[in-house]
Amino acid sequence: MFGKGILKSLQVTWKRFWDTYIDDLAWWLRGKKRYHSVEGITHRSSKNAKGIFTVQYPEERLILPEETRYLPFLVYNELADGKREILCTSCGICPKVCPPQCIWIVRSNDPQTGKPIPEPTEFYIDMDLCMNCGLCAEYCPFDAIKMDHDFELASYTRNIYELEKLLKPSSYYQSIRPQNFAREEAERKAKEEAKAAKAVKTAVAETPAAAP
Amino acid sequence: MTAPTSVTAPAEVSAQLYAKLIARFPESVAAETRPNYSGVIIKKENLVEVAAAIRDEFGYDLLTAVTAVDYLAENKMEVVYHAYKTTGGTGLVFRVQAERVDPIEVPSLVEIWAGADFQEREAYDLFGIKFTSHPDLRRILMWEGFEGYPLRKDWKEAFFEEEAKPFKSRWPEGKHTYAEFKNPFRDNLNFPENFDPNSYQPDNEDDLYASLENHSLKNESGLKTDQIVVNMGPHHPSTHGVLRVAVTLEGETILGLKPVMGYLHRNHDKIGERSTFLQIMPYTDRLDYFNSMSNNLGYAIAVEKLMKIPVAERAEYIRVIMAELTRIQNHLIFVGTLTNDLGAMYTPSLYAFEERELILDIFEAVSGARMMCNYLRFGGVVRDIPEDALSKIKDLVYERLPAKTAEMERLLNDNEVLMGRLKGVHVLDGETAVKYSVTGPVLRAAGVPYDIRRADPYSVYDRFDFDVAVRYNGDMMDNYLIRFDEIWQSLRILEQALQQMPEGPVNSQKLQYQVRVPAGEAYGRIESPKGELGFYIVSNGKPTPYRYHVRPASFVNITALEEMCRGSKIQDFVALLAMLDIVMGELDR
Repeated sequence: MFGKGILKSLQVTWKRFWDTYIDDLAWWLRGKKRYHSVEGITHRSSKNAKGIFTVQYPEERLILPEETRYLPFLVYNELADGKREILCTSCGICPKVCPPQCIWIVRSNDPQTGKPIPEPTEFYIDMDLCMNCGLCAEYCPFDAIKMDHDFELASYTRNIYELEKLLKPSSYYQSIRPQNFAREEAERKAKEEAKAAKAVKTAVAETPAAAP
Repeated sequence: MTAPTSVTAPAEVSAQLYAKLIARFPESVAAETRPNYSGVIIKKENLVEVAAAIRDEFGYDLLTAVTAVDYLAENKMEVVYHAYKTTGGTGLVFRVQAERVDPIEVPSLVEIWAGADFQEREAYDLFGIKFTSHPDLRRILMWEGFEGYPLRKDWKEAFFEEEAKPFKSRWPEGKHTYAEFKNPFRDNLNFPENFDPNSYQPDNEDDLYASLENHSLKNESGLKTDQIVVNMGPHHPSTHGVLRVAVTLEGETILGLKPVMGYLHRNHDKIGERSTFLQIMPYTDRLDYFNSMSNNLGYAIAVEKLMKIPVAERAEYIRVIMAELTRIQNHLIFVGTLTNDLGAMYTPSLYAFEERELILDIFEAVSGARMMCNYLRFGGVVRDIPEDALSKIKDLVYERLPAKTAEMERLLNDNEVLMGRLKGVHVLDGETAVKYSVTGPVLRAAGVPYDIRRADPYSVYDRFDFDVAVRYNGDMMDNYLIRFDEIWQSLRILEQALQQMPEGPVNSQKLQYQVRVPAGEAYGRIESPKGELGFYIVSNGKPTPYRYHVRPASFVNITALEEMCRGSKIQDFVALLAMLDIVMGELDR
């Protein structure tokens, strides 16, 4: 029969149309919020999502997975006396690995000796060029540069981020990427312990040699 | 599960093949002697004759990649051809060399393989190699008034800084400067001789319209009719981006057609030659932006071939899972955009986008980005799949996607309106499709069961049980239905991959940002959702590739557009273009 296929199609859209209302009703009867709640947003982006699945940005926001990456930022540790310990040693791996070459670093010299010290004087990232690939964070050996979760970046000017704007505390890093932070902390601790053990070992090994 | 195939077998086969070819043409074919290179060198005077024999006597009927390499130090220009059999097996590489003195002339192979058309035009455009007897040798990606040949090694782009990244101004010099301040545009700009900007009158379009007239069908009925030339695009919703097509119409019938491309051209190849091997990886995401995982895979396979490194077992499975998820979402989008172009506005495409969103959520959890994934590395992948993402993949593969694909089929497949537009509208027959180097679903819908996953298996595809989707009518309905067949096969592969996936490390290499790639050449190819995606890489042992070329599926498939559309109606043209499933990011590069 001609038109049977169209009726079949309409059946699908008809079902889809009611799905939203049925799902709304089911959530309401259970006394739960389908909209404007973490539970509801998770439901709408899960395999059980039925009916309308739009997340009403900016009132609602998608829950970002930990690995999400937007722009890079620099991590610093907050020390007890209010000072900051910048993890970056200006080793130059990130500007070397950056595909669009948007990272610029000026190294510091010690004012007394004139020798280079492991801290950047200036650090620029041209965010207009940045392609959010995450290679800088991936290859940084000091876990000093990480990818941010902030995606609301509209501005009226060109975006060159300087050192001050790039720096964010490690507590912020921990808040956006708890699992990565925990893993890196564990690795660092293990490394330090190994180093300490090695130091003890060499000290022990050197003592009898020095004795006679 | 079968044992991994031995590595030497295909090499021996091709060695025998090349010996046979040299024995057949002792005068004009010479063996390739450079280390890590394969194939034969053909004298350019005899190229057409030998190529005809390669196609007819040796059975290599599918010419996939044609590209050129500029060997500046040897003062040579080389054109490299990759031919394959549609029945499967490894390829045949042959090349011609020409002195690097203008005019560089090489015979055209369009007579033998029509699919060489656009690729030769590209080589002409970017290298300045004149293909004699080419029917329509015009610039293709650059505009007609462009001066110079950008992929030659002595050509410098406008904001040229250094030959290769990393640039010294970033490290160790530091201190930010904008590119336009550092290298004023005029310093690297080439002008034609006696160029006067005040009196310049662009006449770019004349060649195009002349060529359009030459290649149009002629009205032989004796009736006096008006023909009009219509330019569709570059801003036309049906052209999937900035593709422009100049069409000669008589009434509603298409007499001739010429695609005009390059509006999104950014010279991906040159960017690649300025970047290190690792730095290219995120750029490949931007080729076919729907299928960034596939692009990553193709590039990784090409470089791994050259580096001769193994891939971690678990990573192979992760790669397959990602590539197949990509294929599913690409085909869903295809159905969405096709129905959009046919006038079924938004309902099917939004249904498709819902499933795609869920797949992109997985990509985001795994790689960090929804579309620009940058997930693969040489020897493996960046990180293991997180626990919750893996369970999400299983949910999708085992429960949601089969149900939703079936729903999509119920929505559209029997719909009389859709059938009226698709059924019996001819796209391509198998022979023509092979002649035009068309690959992917369009070729398979024309009755040629050629799928690289089966014909020349890469990664771990030889371990899975799946059918090569094939349909035989070659009309639009078959082209449409084959996408669903492929989704079902992809789901089969995904189920097996999820079951077989072993535990273990996800990268066989150390974490290093400067990979060592030995000198030589490699051509890596995969079955991307749109067809064959190939990466041709020449390395000279430096951190950057000497030559980096992408053989995109969209670009080569569109060679057949003229053949497909001539004589059909203008409304079908929109659907035919949608059938080819082109993406401008890949087409224009």
